[in-house]
Amino acid sequence: MNSTAALAWFARHEIRLAWREWLAMMTGSRGRRKRAIIALIVFAAVMHLPAYAVIGRFADLALPLGKPELIVITATIFLAWALMLSQAIESVTRVFYARADLDLIMSSPANLANVFSVRIVAIALSVTGMALLLSTPFVDVLAFGGGLRWLSAFGVVIAIGLTAAAVAIAITVLLFRLIGPSRTRLVAQIVAAVIGAGFIIALQIAAILSYGTLSRFAVLTSDAAAAYAPALDSPLWWPARAAIGDGTVLALLVAGGLVLLGAVMAIFSPRFAGTVVSVAATARPARPGAKATAFRGGSRQQTLRAKELLLLRRDPWLVSQSLMQLLYLVPPALMLWRSFSESSDAVVLITPVIVMAAGQLAGGLAWLTISGEDAADLVATAPLPSSRVTRAKIEVVLIVIAAVFAPLIAALAFVSMTQAAITALGVIVATISAAAIQLWFRVQAKRSQFRRRQTSSRLATFAEAFCSIGWAATAALAVTIPVAAAISGAITAVILAATWKISPRQT
Amino acid sequence: MPSVVSALEVRGLTKRFDRPAVDALDLTVRTGEFYALLGPNGAGKTTTLRMVAGLLRPDAGTVSILGIDALADPVAAKQIMAWVSDEPMIYDKLTPLEYLQFVAGLWGIDPTVSAPAAQALLASLGLEPHLHERCEGFSKGMRQKVALAGALVHDPRLIILDEPLTGLDALSARHVKGLLSERVRSGCTVIMTTHILEVAERMADRIGVIAAGRLVAEGTLTELRQQNGRTDTSLEDMFIALVDAEAAAA
Repeated sequence: MNSTAALAWFARHEIRLAWREWLAMMTGSRGRRKRAIIALIVFAAVMHLPAYAVIGRFADLALPLGKPELIVITATIFLAWALMLSQAIESVTRVFYARADLDLIMSSPANLANVFSVRIVAIALSVTGMALLLSTPFVDVLAFGGGLRWLSAFGVVIAIGLTAAAVAIAITVLLFRLIGPSRTRLVAQIVAAVIGAGFIIALQIAAILSYGTLSRFAVLTSDAAAAYAPALDSPLWWPARAAIGDGTVLALLVAGGLVLLGAVMAIFSPRFAGTVVSVAATARPARPGAKATAFRGGSRQQTLRAKELLLLRRDPWLVSQSLMQLLYLVPPALMLWRSFSESSDAVVLITPVIVMAAGQLAGGLAWLTISGEDAADLVATAPLPSSRVTRAKIEVVLIVIAAVFAPLIAALAFVSMTQAAITALGVIVATISAAAIQLWFRVQAKRSQFRRRQTSSRLATFAEAFCSIGWAATAALAVTIPVAAAISGAITAVILAATWKISPRQT
Repeated sequence: MPSVVSALEVRGLTKRFDRPAVDALDLTVRTGEFYALLGPNGAGKTTTLRMVAGLLRPDAGTVSILGIDALADPVAAKQIMAWVSDEPMIYDKLTPLEYLQFVAGLWGIDPTVSAPAAQALLASLGLEPHLHERCEGFSKGMRQKVALAGALVHDPRLIILDEPLTGLDALSARHVKGLLSERVRSGCTVIMTTHILEVAERMADRIGVIAAGRLVAEGTLTELRQQNGRTDTSLEDMFIALVDAEAAAA
């Protein structure tokens, strides 16, 4: 097999693996594949409704655009790019650390530079492919309302996908060089999480500090932003102009993306093999534990709780995975701080944000404590009833949620006692709902599989999300329109009951 | 004459997945003996032991551990039993000492008793230099030793081990075998599955051979040879003959 044929053969192999992995992630198992594909198509179709609600009114935008419009479109594209970069950094890190086939590849007589070039292209394709999929409802809505010129937005997605992959590879390889393989994994994952959420949160913080609202558009459409923005002919606006139908600029962007990715492949592919070898050669350093014992006696339940809390505290990777959810608490916390000095109705918005964040965080923690038990056999053979094991694990979730949210609720109490009480109740109910769903849909898994916990049960994931949203809405309505809160709460309770009814624990 | 309570008494134990995994199995292990359970892959060894350990609910049958009905009172049965699987069940983020303290806490052992026992156990398995290192960097052999130490720290009267020597180097395997023999000498009962027939031949007081979920032969090595009709046969030859005969009968 010549070099080109070998490259093509390896590319086919990578595409097949990526396709099967994606299918498995989306469908869970072979038996449910047809149903899952139909559900995905229905979901994609339904997604056109929120897409229409969000951007339908912008379909008539046409060149030439003013600065406020250019700023909003550019910021949106930058947000998409930041999310793609976040995903690409995770993918590149996985290439280095997922040892499943690297030993085989490294020990084969294949040209490693070629092999890793294919892997880089595969990362770029997967990142771009996912972004194309997610952007389709939005572009469809714009093209339907404003004409086919909006289809060029797909080209922008491809261009930014290519550049995100290129930058991700450069960042990850540089991290290897700067801090070494043993720390890169954690740092890369934290960087990915922070990049993913950072931009949107920074905008919210700016909006709160300047205008006292959670709206991102308040900052982007302000006179101050327009004053600081570059001139209308600046290349900074190219992505926005390309998205709206400027073919020349679009061609330049796609070409730029391809050149950048090509350059990164030329520079870094030959070094990938060396980097992978250095990862493999670096034994994980022995990390000391605390000399003082963490298990100082007490009841068996206390021992279990101490273990769960210790494992959470000692796993910065898991902490970084939860960071995204906690980062979203920064803007409401900031808004709360502002509300001390200025009375504002906007403080009502804090309640649903806190309740939803609590529900999401509780879901993750409940999965870790209930399903992500690394020594499941040990705990199952311990001489205590399984109900007490479950209770101890749920108590840990409640303790962590209380520790995270109690300061916010206490601060809220200074602004409004009633709102604080409703928020606290909302947090408790959302936490118990999330924990209950995890309990009904529990599976035995390793904690390291946390990132893929959603794939084990789509139903549990959707139920958890809907319940979080439902309790958040109920809490918000309880503060503003109590009668509507009763209806919202009843609907959420029905969703929860239906989830229980169809859960494996019940059937 | 007072009746001697068996360490394990299994009657009519049945478990079915797609096909019968354990088929009305009767098994008795005497107190203080080292019992090796042999069988080809998929014979039902692990399923049997998982049911005995309370990790799997049988479809039918009874399990009695030192006179305690393990299905009616699983907590009491678990209190005097330990289970070690072929895949070490430990926490990456705990040190070996912390892991043993956690296990002792789960079994309700007073820390003043368990702490010195944990230190001594880990030292006897050659893990003293790693007492305060997190397990995440440990080799499979070291993890297996930590898991074994965890099983012994609460001083169980019945130890069930599923392929405990997998992945251990010769020295570590000797450490483990020595520790198990010592426990048997002190009155503890050990039930172990293994594919290393030499270990069963040298260590076990009695050997049971299981095939297609049923016990097809049982006894001391001498008794097995007598059953086989040849006194000079190795355990390996007898095992292969028994399994082949069972396969032919099926």
